[in-house]
Amino acid sequence: MSEQNAVDLKQVYLSLEGNAGKIKILHSIDLQITQGSSCALVGPSGSGKSSLLMVMAGLEQATSGSVTVLCEDISSMSETQLAQFRRAQVGVVFQSFHLIPSMTALQNVATALELAGARDPFDRAQQKLADVGLAHRSDHFPKQLSGGEQQRVALARALASDPKIVFADEPTGNLDAANGASIANILFALIRAQPDTTLVLVTHEAELAERCDRIVHLRDGRITEGHRA
Amino acid sequence: MIVLRIALRELSAALKDRLHGFRILMLCLIFGVASIATIGSLRGAIEAGLNSNGRVFLGGDAEIELSYRRASVQEMDWMSQQSIQKSEIIDFRSMAVASGTSTRLLTQVKAVDNAYPLVGDIVLSGNITLPEALAGQNDTPGAVVAPALLRRLKLNVGDMMQLGAQNFIVMATLLKEPDNFGNFALGPRSIVLAKDLENSGLLAQGTIFSSKYRLKISTGMDLDALQQRFEENWATAGGKWKDARNASPGAAKAIERLSTFLVLIGLSGLVVGGIGVSAAVRTFIAKKTSNIAVLKTLGATPRQIFWIYALQIIAYTIVAVILGVILGASAPFLAHPFLPESLKAVAKISLYPSALLEALTYGLLAAAIFTIWPLAQTEQIRPANLFRGGTPHRWPATRYILVQGALLSAALWGAVQFSGSLPMTLWLLGGISLALLVLALMAGIFQLALRKAVRSKALQGHLALRAAMSAIASGTERAGPVVMGIGLGLAVLAAVGQIDGNLRHSMTKALPEQAPSFFFLDIQSDQLAEFNQRLSDNEAVRRVETAPMLRGLVTQINGRPAAEVGGDHWVLRGDRGISYAENMPDSTSLTAGEWWPEGYAGKPQISFSAEAADEIGIGLGDSLTLNILGRDITATITSLRDVDFSNAGMGFVILLNAATLQGAPHSHIATVYATEAAEVPILDELGQAFPNVTGIQIREAVLMVSGIVSSIASAASIGAIATLITGLLILIGAAAAGSEQRAYETAILKTLGATRREILISFAMRSSMVGALAATVALGAGLMGGWAVSHFVFESSFKIIWPNAGLIILGGVGATLVTGILFALGPLSQSAAAELRHRD
Repeated sequence: MSEQNAVDLKQVYLSLEGNAGKIKILHSIDLQITQGSSCALVGPSGSGKSSLLMVMAGLEQATSGSVTVLCEDISSMSETQLAQFRRAQVGVVFQSFHLIPSMTALQNVATALELAGARDPFDRAQQKLADVGLAHRSDHFPKQLSGGEQQRVALARALASDPKIVFADEPTGNLDAANGASIANILFALIRAQPDTTLVLVTHEAELAERCDRIVHLRDGRITEGHRA
Repeated sequence: MIVLRIALRELSAALKDRLHGFRILMLCLIFGVASIATIGSLRGAIEAGLNSNGRVFLGGDAEIELSYRRASVQEMDWMSQQSIQKSEIIDFRSMAVASGTSTRLLTQVKAVDNAYPLVGDIVLSGNITLPEALAGQNDTPGAVVAPALLRRLKLNVGDMMQLGAQNFIVMATLLKEPDNFGNFALGPRSIVLAKDLENSGLLAQGTIFSSKYRLKISTGMDLDALQQRFEENWATAGGKWKDARNASPGAAKAIERLSTFLVLIGLSGLVVGGIGVSAAVRTFIAKKTSNIAVLKTLGATPRQIFWIYALQIIAYTIVAVILGVILGASAPFLAHPFLPESLKAVAKISLYPSALLEALTYGLLAAAIFTIWPLAQTEQIRPANLFRGGTPHRWPATRYILVQGALLSAALWGAVQFSGSLPMTLWLLGGISLALLVLALMAGIFQLALRKAVRSKALQGHLALRAAMSAIASGTERAGPVVMGIGLGLAVLAAVGQIDGNLRHSMTKALPEQAPSFFFLDIQSDQLAEFNQRLSDNEAVRRVETAPMLRGLVTQINGRPAAEVGGDHWVLRGDRGISYAENMPDSTSLTAGEWWPEGYAGKPQISFSAEAADEIGIGLGDSLTLNILGRDITATITSLRDVDFSNAGMGFVILLNAATLQGAPHSHIATVYATEAAEVPILDELGQAFPNVTGIQIREAVLMVSGIVSSIASAASIGAIATLITGLLILIGAAAAGSEQRAYETAILKTLGATRREILISFAMRSSMVGALAATVALGAGLMGGWAVSHFVFESSFKIIWPNAGLIILGGVGATLVTGILFALGPLSQSAAAELRHRD
């Protein structure tokens, strides 16, 4: 069986408007990530790895180039099409968790399921929280949870609707070593439980990157190196 | 010094950011202070105008008014001795008829002498003086009339009109009549010479009129002493004294009441503004949480923290209050061209420092009262709490609560001084506090209910609704201040609308069903039989009631001055219509005592209104001294009756036995019930047959009174709208303060795959829900207020005016929805990645 690409980037450029004018973030990115694999994007701060992840997740529009994710050219999609694509296929985890502050842990997870049109979203959300060990904290608001707990809720939310691809932007970056390791274990365990799911991970941590099938190095917005872990 | 330096540093940063975050705080204060300064300045202008123009408004230095009669020769002599010049004016209602036609209109006639006006100038159209105009042409006496009379009689200057049996040539229209300020009249004015009415058939004995004697006194003469001499010499004559020191007591009192009301509405606006200020300060403190945490970590004391932020708030407050005072001081100058003519004539627009000082004091007090609490709460928080985020919710230290209490007491004391009415201030502020409490309570209950409901499985799949409910429940929508701010303005507007609607309904729809079509005045005794005959021959007339009519003043109760016993009761204020009867009328129902026997000719007896007797505190056996036509009659109350004023029929508070008054010169009054179509023909027929008889069409009079009610309601609505605008500022402030939160939520929801439309629907839902809650609670409060005023003040029935109620709900939901959507568009158009990057 031929390997299919979950992500296929061709000549992707990204420039953003800053206070000091236009800043070139990504240059001439060509990248393919195989379906069902895991890929770590590494590089120094400001190298463009988070921006690249945002482009792949359809949260940032590339200035030029082709962005194909799960065989869909998302660079030509409208905002609404992108939203519908994300709710069905994509899960995103952020360094700063980004839970909706006005919703409980359960409601945060259920929201993703509701958007994906899942049946029994609250029951399934409760199960997902149990999967990350937080069944007992389902009625708590984000501010009532620790950083590690918040990130576990974010993980449950990202994986709730069984996405085909998960983008994780420094998921352990705001956590201590123990919590970071725990989150990484949960993330990889959940991904492994769904062999078709692709993981794209941005990290500073070499140890975490090495748990991925492939590591891509970025510097100054360019891919400098890519190798199998 | 370190406190000042840090405060200045933060102030300078805020200035660079163009006061972002302080605009709502400042706008709330500017608007509240400007409203109070405007009201105070206008009140000052009117008071100053009334004081400085007293002689002009009165038409002399002093005035003696007699009811129903002219002064005797002796009285005229006395007035001549006391003054350097005097003038006689006779004021009465009559029908003006366009000569040669049947077109007639009620007019308020002022019959003057050649000395009129003693003070002030009458302004006429055309190049003609008053004496020239009244002299007339070709042996026909002249008249000057108000433009409205000419218009409605379809006459032009130079045409003829008739008053009673006398023809007059209209020589000019009356453009300005300075001595008519504050007088209420049912018909437009006509001025003629009194001597020209001799053959008119008007002013016969028993006709209802008042005569006014204006006196001009020599410079240096003491008005107090003159008044005292009047009271000694005219004690039993029934004359009423007025002088230039308080030329229009009625108008002054009405203006005082209206300004008290407007001051209190202004204060309620400032209270709502205060809520906005408080919400803005809470947002400011929440944004400064990390700064406060860092300062505390670096060793800043709680008091230093308090003053660093208090100094900043004080700086913004001072600037806002000064801007508000400047705006309020300029508003009367800018509004002058748009003021009603009656106000323009009296208001002396200028700068009134005391009014501006009051507004300034109130602005500072309101700012202090509403900011001290959130500022003081910063002291109670440990740095660790601050770093975790969230707004402090603990009680401030006792000293701040004491200061808050002292400031509130000072504000209450000031409000009483400012409004000049303790009961009204307490009622209104009590009402505002209660309304705010109910609004806050309902907002809290609503949030709690949503917190429970949002967990319901029934909401599964309704993400937009659930997200909206979660946002309100968690407080991110700032439902509390928004509901309070918008709700109070809407509640006042709802109450005013319901009261106005009910009054109009009772006057224009409910009343005519049972009210007569006409009142006819001045029917002479020898005309009564023919008058009744003509009406009984008319098939369109359902019913006619007639009664003898005199006017008199209650001067004493049981030998003591009436005011000492009954205070300021309306029956004792000025002269009243008095009638007599031999037998008890059919519709009369006695509640106590007995009706005098037929043919009774003993000591005078009175049948008095039971309700009025109860209010004054008199009853059977009490004696009243009535001054009728200058003669004192003392009579004993021997029965009490139910008098129903609600159907506008004939209702005399005082009825005497026939023998007591039968011999006195008097006329008769009649109420006529007829079909609407027959009203004009009846007026024409009776007008031609009895030129001296005055007919008042109830429909016209009701329209005129409802016009006055509508003007008062408009003034109150303007006040309520000012409060509502402050409420909108709070709404905008809350929306602006929540925009970061909304942008963040939008970014997360976009990440999860929500479309812009879905997110917009959720934002629209939460705005509508908050608006609907505010409007519903406000409507409830407004309906209660409207019912209370209708029931207790106007003693009329109450029905909900649904179109007004619907407008309140629509207004509340519409305002919040539009604001919510406008403030959602920004976050929706932002890139999710940029927002999340900014948060990382």
